[in-house]
Amino acid sequence: MTAVASTGTAAAAASLADTASARRRAADLAFRVLLFLALAFALVVLVTLLVDVFVEGRPRLNRDLITNMPSARPARAGIQSAIWGSLWVVGVSAVASLPLGIGTAVFLEEFAPKGKWYVRLIEVNIQNLAGVPSVVYGILGLAFIARGPLGWGFTIGSAAAVLTIMVLPVIIISSREAIRAVPPSLRDGSLSLGATKWQTVWRQVLPAAVPGIATGSILAVSRALGESAPLLLLGALTFVTFNPDGLDSGYTVLPLLIFKYASDAKAEFHVVAAAAIVVLLVMLVALNMTAILIRNKFEKRRA
Amino acid sequence: MARRSRAPWRLLASTLALTLVLAACGGDDDDGGSASEDTGGGGEELSGTIRVDGSSTVTPLISLAAEDFQNENPGVQVPVGTSGTGGGFEKFCNGETDISMASRPIKDEETQACEGNGIEPLELIVANDGLSVVVNPENDWAECLTVEQLKKVWEPGSTINNWNQIDPSFPDQALTLYGAGSDSGTFDYFTEAIVGEEGATRTDYNPSEDDNVTVQGVSGDKGAMGYFGLSYLLENEGSVKGVEIDGGNGCVAPTVETVQSGEYTPLSRPLFVYTKPEAAQRPEVKAFLEFYLENQETITEEALFVPLTEEQLATAREELAAIEGA
Repeated sequence: MTAVASTGTAAAAASLADTASARRRAADLAFRVLLFLALAFALVVLVTLLVDVFVEGRPRLNRDLITNMPSARPARAGIQSAIWGSLWVVGVSAVASLPLGIGTAVFLEEFAPKGKWYVRLIEVNIQNLAGVPSVVYGILGLAFIARGPLGWGFTIGSAAAVLTIMVLPVIIISSREAIRAVPPSLRDGSLSLGATKWQTVWRQVLPAAVPGIATGSILAVSRALGESAPLLLLGALTFVTFNPDGLDSGYTVLPLLIFKYASDAKAEFHVVAAAAIVVLLVMLVALNMTAILIRNKFEKRRA
Repeated sequence: MARRSRAPWRLLASTLALTLVLAACGGDDDDGGSASEDTGGGGEELSGTIRVDGSSTVTPLISLAAEDFQNENPGVQVPVGTSGTGGGFEKFCNGETDISMASRPIKDEETQACEGNGIEPLELIVANDGLSVVVNPENDWAECLTVEQLKKVWEPGSTINNWNQIDPSFPDQALTLYGAGSDSGTFDYFTEAIVGEEGATRTDYNPSEDDNVTVQGVSGDKGAMGYFGLSYLLENEGSVKGVEIDGGNGCVAPTVETVQSGEYTPLSRPLFVYTKPEAAQRPEVKAFLEFYLENQETITEEALFVPLTEEQLATAREELAAIEGA
């Protein structure tokens, strides 16, 4: 009797467990399907865009595209001056923003007195600046750099200055994260062996933080490469048939030349625009791959 | 650890150096495109930068001229911006450009702004332009519209949304409107010529700075009406149809001839560039403007505008010569 009863209870318990686990498995499956759909959606959109652009730009994806200057005649229109314009602007802003940004991050993480009101004020400001729409930097640049006090005009110099200001907060924040992720034991070890604060930062903390700093910085720089809104205000929407030859040179950049070609009345220009988009994408992918390579290289080395 | 730790810095440094070198190489290449006819230009090498900005309507003309001029004079750089007529004058009167492209004459307040900065704007005609009112090719009723009818459609507060409200003989077909965005010279010109007051327009239409959007809109909708430059009509003949305009003296079709003769009223207009004495006296700027006038016929035709008449050309040459004397 008791045996029967106990068997019954066990069976009931087992079936209860069965339905519970079946429900859990169903939930698990549903969640997986959901995640897969999310991924599929992102991929389908991306692949559609890429294929569309590639197919449309295919006829103009050749050497002439890169070696020819922009032209008012679609048949010989190229993008050379825009490629050099983009490289100049992004190159100069990278050279200016990396030391400044990483330096600021090191100061805030390693040297600034923790918890002081002015340090917190700076930190909050930097975080807010990272969220400011890029066109606002363009307006700032127009008022204070291109015109106004500095009066640099619509040149490579003003464009690079504005992009520098724009990417600085991103570089500072990502570099700070990277520096903060360095284990304290590394600092303590170095300090306890008699190294100065500066030696510790330079020889231990920074090298350990390179993968994070490099990734964040390169992503920030590639954002600058694709940027168009602030440069629109700084005179980059310009028909330029010469390569920049200095900081005071007139210029155009790839995203805006693409915009110019894509909005032209002549349909042949739209093909050039599509081909130019492919070139811009290749440049962006190359930059992002550099970031990944640097990260892999240095993470492996440390491990 | 200490020895190893230097490597990352070397890599970062070399990445930076590479960026700089790449950037620095940019200046060396200056082969533009293929040949162009040899006109003007004496023996001496011209150099300098001629900054041009302004109307997107005039841009194709000046871009073509700039391209050919730079091929002949590799020492001269001619960046051509497109900030619109008003935006161009703002930069011009701020002393930031040498030549301002305009699809309308300069306004009084713009002249004052220029003079306030010690800049004397000088006008040169560069081409003739016609605005065309376009409809869908399947529209077989609206062959000719009067300015009065267009005004009723486009004036502020207009409630016309069907073709039979324009003329009772037109079929019952919903009317959709496409037009220029308020930043373009085309918008200023159309509203002034049709409605009678610049900037006055109904607001429930599809505005775009990009006339190509209008082409697409009108070609895809049987009941659509839009307006833009004659060049866009000529480029897109087949996808849109130009309407004859009755400005009081009978119906006139939008063609090169009627625009040039001024018969096509009120939707034909001259296009201008403005310069200033300090700029026009510079040899490279003077050479560029002369180059334009020399080649205006081929340039205007290639850019799908209407060339200057003999008379207009003679006047422009005189004005340019007068600046040199100043």
